[in-house]
Amino acid sequence: MATKRIGKQTVKLQNPPSIIATACIVGPKEGEGPLRLYFDEIIDDELFGEKTWEKAESKLMRETFAKVLKKANKTAEDIDYIIAGDLLNQCLAANFGLRESEVPFFGVYGACSTMAESMSIGSMLVDGNFADNVVCLTSSHFCSAEKQFRFPLELGTQRPPTAQWTVTGSGGVVISNKGNGPYITHITTGKIVDMGIKDVNNMGAAMAPAAMDTIVSRFMDTGFTPEDYDLIVTGDLGAVGKEICDELTREQGYNISKVYNDCGLMIYDRQKQDTHAGGSGCGCSATVFAGFIYKKLLEGVINKVLFVATGALLSTTSSQQGESIPCIAHAVSISNTIS
Amino acid sequence: MGGTICIIGQFISNLLKMKGLGQDETASLTSILMISIGALLTGLNVYDDIGRFAGAGSIVPITGFANSIVSPAMEFKSEGYVMGVGAKMFVIAGPVLVYGISASVIAGIIHFLLR
Repeated sequence: MATKRIGKQTVKLQNPPSIIATACIVGPKEGEGPLRLYFDEIIDDELFGEKTWEKAESKLMRETFAKVLKKANKTAEDIDYIIAGDLLNQCLAANFGLRESEVPFFGVYGACSTMAESMSIGSMLVDGNFADNVVCLTSSHFCSAEKQFRFPLELGTQRPPTAQWTVTGSGGVVISNKGNGPYITHITTGKIVDMGIKDVNNMGAAMAPAAMDTIVSRFMDTGFTPEDYDLIVTGDLGAVGKEICDELTREQGYNISKVYNDCGLMIYDRQKQDTHAGGSGCGCSATVFAGFIYKKLLEGVINKVLFVATGALLSTTSSQQGESIPCIAHAVSISNTIS
Repeated sequence: MGGTICIIGQFISNLLKMKGLGQDETASLTSILMISIGALLTGLNVYDDIGRFAGAGSIVPITGFANSIVSPAMEFKSEGYVMGVGAKMFVIAGPVLVYGISASVIAGIIHFLLR
């Protein structure tokens, strides 16, 4: 009998692990955004001194790993597992960026939901006494993502207003069984939700029902209400998706408007930075969480957060074959107190 | 913006005619020059900025065609000159060429049959 499960999709951690450190590195555009003061490092060149975008993204991952270890005052030997993933085919950035880490490694793919997915698995490993310290990290890179999923960078096309801008950045956290919080208390694992949207330039609308599904499941499984949280934050729904998610959740009887925000809207100034509907990518939720939200938790400005990273699980092949976009959202509760 | 590109093309065309070139030479040389300008601006990372503002205005003229070939060539240079530049150069312009040429062949056959 699984004693830690409550409801259909949620797990209540009996020994809530702490997030003892976070680190994030972002690209130049993110470094001009409203959260610039919260990031640990802003690189001034998208290539990060490398020859290809893929190598640059791998380096982002590698450097973030080094940085988060340093901030946690740990060495690679103290880490029992790395759980990491990214958007590139075969999780290129994670596999190549961390190949010299010499730490047992789980590669995960949840598209832009990867940060919450890796934190979910990582905290369950620690709670289950399978590990003392786990590093969870993800990355995305605007240029490598454009190359793989869309068009060459120099092609003179226009982006529709619903399109989002892939964040160049990498964020990581160290989850530990020792520490004084913030604690990961509950995990709600998302189901794959596909409402039939096929427009790859409107991922926010495609992902919104998945986010709603996970948020509502969380409330139903735990009995919590929106008032129990200081912040409910989705990963990268952007302006279009956020509005839809807010409305769909309200239709289910939960009004989250007062505490609801979206990492894709927080990371850029949409008007000034021409990012259309907002930011996206694994790095979006990862850097906003590791940079901004974690620091606000430490400061005590917010005490309980529902972090819901959202992912569109499409591939270039599936969209060319006319398939709709399956989506997912994973939710992690982070709290300054163990309730 | 599209109009501006056409004015530049017309200016080059008029200039060449003034220099005494014939109709055919002028047309060919104007196209060559416009393609070169499009390719150069792509290489200088400028054409995508024009495109963001101009939309179809910079896609439809022949400079846009040059952009659609040069941009993937630049993007995939990291995969080598054969499997990268060579194989991917026509990834965007390829369908235009295939169906453009196919349409012209079909139009030619219809014209031949109706003649």
